[in-house]
Amino acid sequence: MANQATEEQLLYANILNKGMLVGLLGLIVTFIIYGAGILEPKIPLEQVQNYWVMPVSDYLQLSGIHAGWAWLGNLGYGDMLNFLPIAFLSLLTIVCYLAILPGLMRKKDTAYVVLVIIEVVVLVVAASGLLGSGGH
Amino acid sequence: MSKKFLSTLRYIFPLILFSLLFITATTVCATTEAAAPVEAGTQHAWWYWPLILLILSFVLGVFAVMAGVGGGVLYVPIVSGFLPFHLDFVRGAGLIVALAGALAAGPGLLKKGMADLRLAIPMALIASTCAIIGAMIGLALPTNIVQTLLGATILGIVVIMIKAKKSEYPEVPKPDALSQSLRIMGVYHEPTLNKDVNWQIHRTPIGLGLFVIIGVMAGMFGLGAGWANVPVLNLLLGAPIKISVATSKFLLSITDTSAAWIYLNNGAVLPLMVVPSVVGIMLGSFIGVKVLAITKPAVIRILVIAVLGIAGLKALLKGLGIG
Repeated sequence: MANQATEEQLLYANILNKGMLVGLLGLIVTFIIYGAGILEPKIPLEQVQNYWVMPVSDYLQLSGIHAGWAWLGNLGYGDMLNFLPIAFLSLLTIVCYLAILPGLMRKKDTAYVVLVIIEVVVLVVAASGLLGSGGH
Repeated sequence: MSKKFLSTLRYIFPLILFSLLFITATTVCATTEAAAPVEAGTQHAWWYWPLILLILSFVLGVFAVMAGVGGGVLYVPIVSGFLPFHLDFVRGAGLIVALAGALAAGPGLLKKGMADLRLAIPMALIASTCAIIGAMIGLALPTNIVQTLLGATILGIVVIMIKAKKSEYPEVPKPDALSQSLRIMGVYHEPTLNKDVNWQIHRTPIGLGLFVIIGVMAGMFGLGAGWANVPVLNLLLGAPIKISVATSKFLLSITDTSAAWIYLNNGAVLPLMVVPSVVGIMLGSFIGVKVLAITKPAVIRILVIAVLGIAGLKALLKGLGIG
């Protein structure tokens, strides 16, 4: 029986598997902390429904919440803490790409080395917030 | 259990699910109209809408698996059409929902050799770059325009779902030069035939071109893009259907990552919406796999097409200021 999963593919899958489990667990734990009121949220739970009916630009303006990576400096708040697992899940692909890079380089798979490096750059730029933050 | 009872159950179960979805949607719709705009005196308890979102996402998760579509394509039009959330936040949550689903499915598909990394990497680079552009356009355009375009896109997806054929093992007489130089080819074991199937692809440059459009649409509407990935990989490039479906699912984990970051960095991700949606759709998908064994997927598919059609029409009318 043929199994075409390459060395890189298996490495990628293993990292993704572990990371996804950690991320999902983190998502549930931080949401419990938020919902149970263990940590005070930046926006009181009862008031969130006033904001989710409006465009994101109005929400940011009225709530005083700063977009981008500002949540990282507010991890003591229940709602901001939830961005940690969300960001973690969104960073997983970059980690997986970086992990397969040495193997591709060893095999002198130049085309894929270049493609992987460009993809990492694209994702890092998207994650960095350099392309603008703050809504409409 | 008698065969007759089981046979009846196969038809009744989808109808029960559909009724549940219909009741949730109509109840929510009535409440939404009464509650918008939200006044301090008419507010619900903070957990009310997240709970509705959890239940609806659960039902969508069950449907998505049985209809063979991604959760995002059902989530965005239905939640934005029938619940009080603004489209900006629904698209942000839709992308995280699609991303979480793709991340969960990815490892298994890669390990089995069904999702192919060499096929995915070039397509993902184009799609993820264009998804960033799509997300930026989507957040910059007025809501009514995005809503109208979303409605039109959903109705287009309905047509694709009705018309699109699939090919188990497409004929690829000769791989093109680009796919040959990138060594995009493979072999997988097909248990139904009990043999190894060799595959290769052709028309790679055209496929890459189409991923420009797919990426922009995925980012702009927060839909995920399995509905477009699979026909391109299978019918145009000539990858076997199983490789196409699995690689498409894995591709979403990369495409949606880039777009999700744009929504996240623009403040369009609210944990109170995202977490119940992700948990609901994942639990629903889990149950959907179990339920699949006792239902007629064809019946579910018809129901999903009908629901998508209604949601697409509602989005279109809402965008045009009629609905």
